[in-house]
Amino acid sequence: MSEKQLSVEERNQRTLKKLLIWAVAMFGFAFLMVPFYNVICDITGLNGKTSSTAATDVPEQVVADRTVTVEFITQKGDGLTGEFTSETKRVKVHPGEITLVHFYASNPTSKDMITQSIPSVSPGEAARYLHKTQCFCFDQQTLAAGERKDMPMIFYLDPEIPGHINQFTLSYTIFDVTERVAGKNNSVAVN
Amino acid sequence: MSTAAATHDDHHDHHHAPTGLKRWLFSTNHKDIGTLYLWFSFAMFLAGGFMAMVIRAELLEPGMQFVDPEFFNQMTTVHGLVMVFGAVMPATVGLANWMIPLMIGAPDMALPRMNNWSFWILPFAFAILIGSVIMSAFGDGNPSAPNFGWTFYAPLSTKYGPDSTDLFILSVHMMGISSIMGAINVVVTVFNMRAPGMTLMKMPLFVWTWLITAFLLIAVIPVLAGAVTMMLTDRHFGTSFFDAAGGGDPVLFQHIFWFFGHPEVYIMILPSFGIVSAIIPAFARKPLFGYASMVYATASIALLSFVVWAHHMFTVGMPLAGTLFFMYMTMLISVPTGVKVFNWVATMWRGSMSFELPMKWAIAFVVLFTCGGLSGLMLAITPVDFQYHDTYFVVAHFHYVLVTGAIFSIFAAAYYWLPKWSGVMPNKTLGELHFWNSLISANLLFFPMHFVGLAGMPRRYADYALQFADYNFWISIGGFWFGLSQLLFLAVAVLCAMKKGEKAPAKPWDGAEGLEWEVPSPAPFHTYDTPPVVK
Repeated sequence: MSEKQLSVEERNQRTLKKLLIWAVAMFGFAFLMVPFYNVICDITGLNGKTSSTAATDVPEQVVADRTVTVEFITQKGDGLTGEFTSETKRVKVHPGEITLVHFYASNPTSKDMITQSIPSVSPGEAARYLHKTQCFCFDQQTLAAGERKDMPMIFYLDPEIPGHINQFTLSYTIFDVTERVAGKNNSVAVN
Repeated sequence: MSTAAATHDDHHDHHHAPTGLKRWLFSTNHKDIGTLYLWFSFAMFLAGGFMAMVIRAELLEPGMQFVDPEFFNQMTTVHGLVMVFGAVMPATVGLANWMIPLMIGAPDMALPRMNNWSFWILPFAFAILIGSVIMSAFGDGNPSAPNFGWTFYAPLSTKYGPDSTDLFILSVHMMGISSIMGAINVVVTVFNMRAPGMTLMKMPLFVWTWLITAFLLIAVIPVLAGAVTMMLTDRHFGTSFFDAAGGGDPVLFQHIFWFFGHPEVYIMILPSFGIVSAIIPAFARKPLFGYASMVYATASIALLSFVVWAHHMFTVGMPLAGTLFFMYMTMLISVPTGVKVFNWVATMWRGSMSFELPMKWAIAFVVLFTCGGLSGLMLAITPVDFQYHDTYFVVAHFHYVLVTGAIFSIFAAAYYWLPKWSGVMPNKTLGELHFWNSLISANLLFFPMHFVGLAGMPRRYADYALQFADYNFWISIGGFWFGLSQLLFLAVAVLCAMKKGEKAPAKPWDGAEGLEWEVPSPAPFHTYDTPPVVK
């Protein structure tokens, strides 16, 4: 009798351990979802994420018989009082054509400010066809006290952009990351 | 089907039954812990219900009357959290504790001390959560309680969350630990403690549905814990999982949350399927139609629940292929669910039906849960979801499946097994009053929500356009009526606990099947010290 009971207890302990390992693994899985999500976003342009690195290759041809309208909108994150605008609100471009757009940000305060701008494309499908050769969003931008900064962005559209995308919006949100940078004293992961 | 050596051993020498408070604090007995869970969940049901009454009072008339919008947000948030994590989940865990060992012929749960711990964490977890509401209502300067909705989307809960968000995070962690331990206990019990002859495919369906629920819990509650941990580090330790300024993504939060959240809704409803599958055959006096298909349907629902999460977030802007995938997968769930509903109806077909209280609740469950399932199917259709998203149509949908679904089935279970728990029959008059009042008021409360939702009334607002005034008036009346009706159940439960009522025989329902009816009523403190023989 006692021997049999012991074996049930042993089995219980064994099952318990297996299930605990599973629970801990699932806790880890939650964190695994973060890089996984970023990879999926990078590959598919899901959620309107544009590439965080500069395109180095130049388009081979310009598709002169197609035009796509690109609109620009800008938003300011919490607590930002300065200006953040784009020079042009919309441009019509041919796929493959290299275009320059100026954005302006100002810092009316009396303290230097480190900013980070985050791009987002809507509809998200267009994100992977937008190639930026230069963008102020690739790095943190320092705005000195009272400074108004010209922040250029150069892009072209992939000639492969599907025919049904005739128009899309590129949005930038600018954030003040001064405290974050000072507090951590290490670089912030930027997508 | 089975004969149990109805063992009520008189040798209590190996056991010193503690009395008073100590009996409950230190209890490792599955029946006592089950009772604790059930009383606790009912207390939380009343607490969450009270918050719903505040919501409905504010929405009785257009304009602001009783509370400010900020407090209204806290009410919707904590109402949801308390009902999901405090009322429905602990109630089903309580039922599992009481019934699973009795149903499979085990002397107790496999891990009794862990069982004690998993219960006693809960009151503290909810004291922390509800404490933040009490501070908000009465405290100095009224510091806000969690106010971001029960889904606590980032950045509402990270960057913009009130200070009490940290209390919320701690509380969710504690609830999670409690749930995981409870679930592990169920799995270990079912795997290792079954009486000889009780093969897996002989187990009552309630045990099956709970086993599958337990696996879901172990799989997704840690993901919830991960999500709140990320929130915590985002808030205080400089990470930016969900903060766009640091390269994170708030939409990622929704993916992680709903990866937990969708299996979570099945965690709340699967035990109900088991309850109803026990009750309907008992009062139709026919064996359950399609037992094996019920098991497979439950397992399919559980598996599918992992690949449908993004139907909660169709409007975040997913690629077409993604929305189509999640739409079809969601619709696919209606197939195994349909199998279940048809099986219950087929069980009743040409049965010698009688309509005792548990059966009334069970039939109401089948009809009204199906109603909620149909509106769920409507919501699954991506293009129309864009219109229904975050409207009262959604509120109507999940209250049909959770109130008239999960909670009705829990009441069915209570009326069905109260004779076994307490040894007396639940008071019939009060029970009938409770049933009919709940049935009518719940429909008055939730049905018109479909209409205002389709007409565009958004959820989680403290006020609404004048055109919705009449509907909201009646919804609120239904709400107060439903809320008050639940006090009738309090009376039923207290009477049973005080052993006032007609004495119950070992098997009070003549068509009932299962090992739990082989032991006397009330079930003795120790049952199945020697395992029953299952033929």
